[in-house]
Amino acid sequence: MTKVTLNGRSVELDGDGDMPVLWYLRDIAGLTGTKFGCGAGLCGACTIHVDGEALRSCQTRLDDIQDGSSITTIEGLADGETLHALQQAWAEHNVPQCGYCQAGQIMQAAVLLTENPNPSDADIDEAMWGNICRCGTYQRIKAAIRSVAGTGSASTADAARA
Amino acid sequence: MHDGAHTPDNALPVSRRAFLKVVTLAAGGFAVGWRLPAGVLADGDDGADLNPFVRIQPDNTVTVVIKHLDKGQGITTGLTTIVAEELDADWSQMQFEFAPANDELYKNLFFGIQVTGGSTAIANSWMQMRQAGAAARAMLVAAAAERFGVPVGGLRVEKGRVTDPESGRSASFGDLATLAADQVPPAEPVLKDPKDFTLIGATLPRLDSPSKTDGTATYTLDVTRPGMLVALVAHPPRFGAVLAAFNADKAKKISGVRHVVAIPRGVAVVADGFWAATRGREALEVQWDFTNAEMRGSAEMLSDYKETAKTKGASARLTGDAEAALADAEDVIEAEFDFPFLAHATMEPMDCVVDLKTDRCDVFSGAQMPTVDRQIVAGIVGLPLDKVYVHTHFAGGSFGRRAVPDSDYAAEAAMVAKAIGGKAPVKLIWTREDDMHGGRYRPMSFHRLRGGLDVDGRLVAWDHRIVMQTFLKDTPFEILIEGGVDGTSVEGARGLPYDIPNVSVDLHLVDNGVTTLWWRSVGHTHNGYVTEVFFDMLAKKAGQDPGDLRRSLLRNHPRHLQVLETVLDKSGWGTPLVARAGARRGRGVAVHESFNSFVAQVAEVTVDDNGLKVDRIICAVDCGIAINPDIIVAQMEGGIGYGLSAALREAITLTDGIVDQDNFDTYEPLRINDMPDIEVHVVASGEAPTGVGEPGVPPVAPAVANAIADATGQRFYRLPFGDEIGTA
Repeated sequence: MTKVTLNGRSVELDGDGDMPVLWYLRDIAGLTGTKFGCGAGLCGACTIHVDGEALRSCQTRLDDIQDGSSITTIEGLADGETLHALQQAWAEHNVPQCGYCQAGQIMQAAVLLTENPNPSDADIDEAMWGNICRCGTYQRIKAAIRSVAGTGSASTADAARA
Repeated sequence: MHDGAHTPDNALPVSRRAFLKVVTLAAGGFAVGWRLPAGVLADGDDGADLNPFVRIQPDNTVTVVIKHLDKGQGITTGLTTIVAEELDADWSQMQFEFAPANDELYKNLFFGIQVTGGSTAIANSWMQMRQAGAAARAMLVAAAAERFGVPVGGLRVEKGRVTDPESGRSASFGDLATLAADQVPPAEPVLKDPKDFTLIGATLPRLDSPSKTDGTATYTLDVTRPGMLVALVAHPPRFGAVLAAFNADKAKKISGVRHVVAIPRGVAVVADGFWAATRGREALEVQWDFTNAEMRGSAEMLSDYKETAKTKGASARLTGDAEAALADAEDVIEAEFDFPFLAHATMEPMDCVVDLKTDRCDVFSGAQMPTVDRQIVAGIVGLPLDKVYVHTHFAGGSFGRRAVPDSDYAAEAAMVAKAIGGKAPVKLIWTREDDMHGGRYRPMSFHRLRGGLDVDGRLVAWDHRIVMQTFLKDTPFEILIEGGVDGTSVEGARGLPYDIPNVSVDLHLVDNGVTTLWWRSVGHTHNGYVTEVFFDMLAKKAGQDPGDLRRSLLRNHPRHLQVLETVLDKSGWGTPLVARAGARRGRGVAVHESFNSFVAQVAEVTVDDNGLKVDRIICAVDCGIAINPDIIVAQMEGGIGYGLSAALREAITLTDGIVDQDNFDTYEPLRINDMPDIEVHVVASGEAPTGVGEPGVPPVAPAVANAIADATGQRFYRLPFGDEIGTA
């Protein structure tokens, strides 16, 4: 049984080892903020953090998770009551339309800013390329990331834990 | 002449009205005195209902009941804004909830049933929401007058409080709510003078942004019920095929699989969760009967369409005599265009939760036509309508896909619930592949154009023939097909606004077994491209600047003209574009009216050895009074992204009747690096507000195509053209 930290809480991953983490989160852990978009690692809607790295949870099996790992989903991105700077920026820029992809977008962007606090537009394109938004909110996603970039406010709860 | 009434396209809503027995939307036609029937809204709510759209809680929150689906277009914020404006509420006290399925209370006033579509949500609700807010305000004032023992006349309402300036007494909406609910609603509530609007026209933050950034927004996929199972359905691989036989032995051996049942749409595997259902479906053995299936590939279909286009179809418009004018013309140019099937490819695939009990059925769905779905589900599960409750959730995109005349996926969920005897609530999930193969595409189409110029280079003749299937056939909406013309096929073509003396538009409706549906901006998707690209070709043939010729031939269409002039001005039309060495740059323009909104766009592109880069889109929109300018801007941005995605690389093709695309690798929507910089100008207007969900889509493909032609001379007659750039 793999013991991990999920959004700051200790849990044991219980289930078919071949099951994608996405369905563990949604169907067993009841964390539905992480979305199913393609089931093939092509759209990024299911992006989560595992030990500070952005992973597609639809392509990560329970057996792929190492004992002692730290997993963060959109529900655990805020630091207590304080939203992550990107979550605040997303709301300030009215980024979401249907909103379905946005958890994945934010999780991807959070790792970008952790690794590269001041990304260029090309860096943003490269990091966010795998996250599809069918509503076409890309221009606002870029603006929201730019507004946080370089401010030093992008440190994440899970980065601190990782 | 009111310029919203000049084109045959505008006849369409009238036709819909006739069919759907629309209630006239006149002042006083809205029954603000309606009392809410018991049981319509949530049990245990201690709020006071002032009318079917406004509820005020003791804690001073004001809830606006939203009769439309929010699939991203921001209608929850928009309708709440209109009510808050007339109510003189404080924006911070406003919240919303989705209405139950109820045609009587919550119908779309343009259609007569509860439906979100045709970019009508704001337009049909505008006066109704103002009246709902104003009526509630009057009841709050009457309540305050009663409590303070003063006449209503002297009371003031500001930011959610009613104040008596004489005595200085005041009370919040929450304090007054219960008393207000007992007041007699005004027969004709007094509306504000638009010059006094403070919320309408302001850039208020979307009410749904917080929940859509912290993971708490609930979509259908997120709904859970006690004991709920997940269903995946094996569907026939061809349209029109049916189940012949199946063997569930191996599927039933998969841990977590609870039921394997045949339903009219295939075979359902019902399991403890998505993963078990997936493995169960993989283990299922199924044979299909293809006797009545569509076996053609899309290339064969196109050949058939081209053959059909050799003869004249049903006339959709005849102005002057196009044939005679073409015969007399100095120059005639011809072009043929074809467009593929397109998937809506919403980020949330189709899904629905059905909780069937012996005496009631609860349906959880992000649906555009909740009462249609309710009726179909009721028929399947065998319960009376008033025992079927539809609970609307946010939809993870729709673009038309969730307004289905036969309720395909909701019906399927009900069939599964019925087939397992209501033993457990069922969440039906379509995988991305199910969704991509699931039909209801934008129809493919073929277009043949001829245009004529006289000896002076004047545009004197325009002839447009369209061949496509209609998705209205065999549905309750079939009655909308009049004289062989389906308005959704010719919209944007028969309404050609240019001042051309001889215009003919005709249509062949052909049979095709592939299921199709409205797709964001519907007929305008293809007709907007055809008309604006062909117009550009004629301008070039005539030796005229395409911006100038549009100006000239739209001189009697002030709303078209204003958005056109705006984008020409803001883009620096006519000034040179600077290109890097080895690159060519170009500008193109398109202007198109759809759903009574007017949009023009200028595209700036760079073409080099790496292909195409769409650098910038300058967009202007006239949608009447702007309720929330930032949401309008966002819808233009999104519409441009959606239209550009289709123009560059989206196509559903078939080989021997089987769809070739499976997932986002073979049907790849626009990604962030493809998104141009977009600059949107919302034109000031005092006209009644019209929609913005769809009108941003049609102009982008022709604007970009015209810009590429400006840069390199290459024209595109087949969409998508992303892989064709630089090949000619």
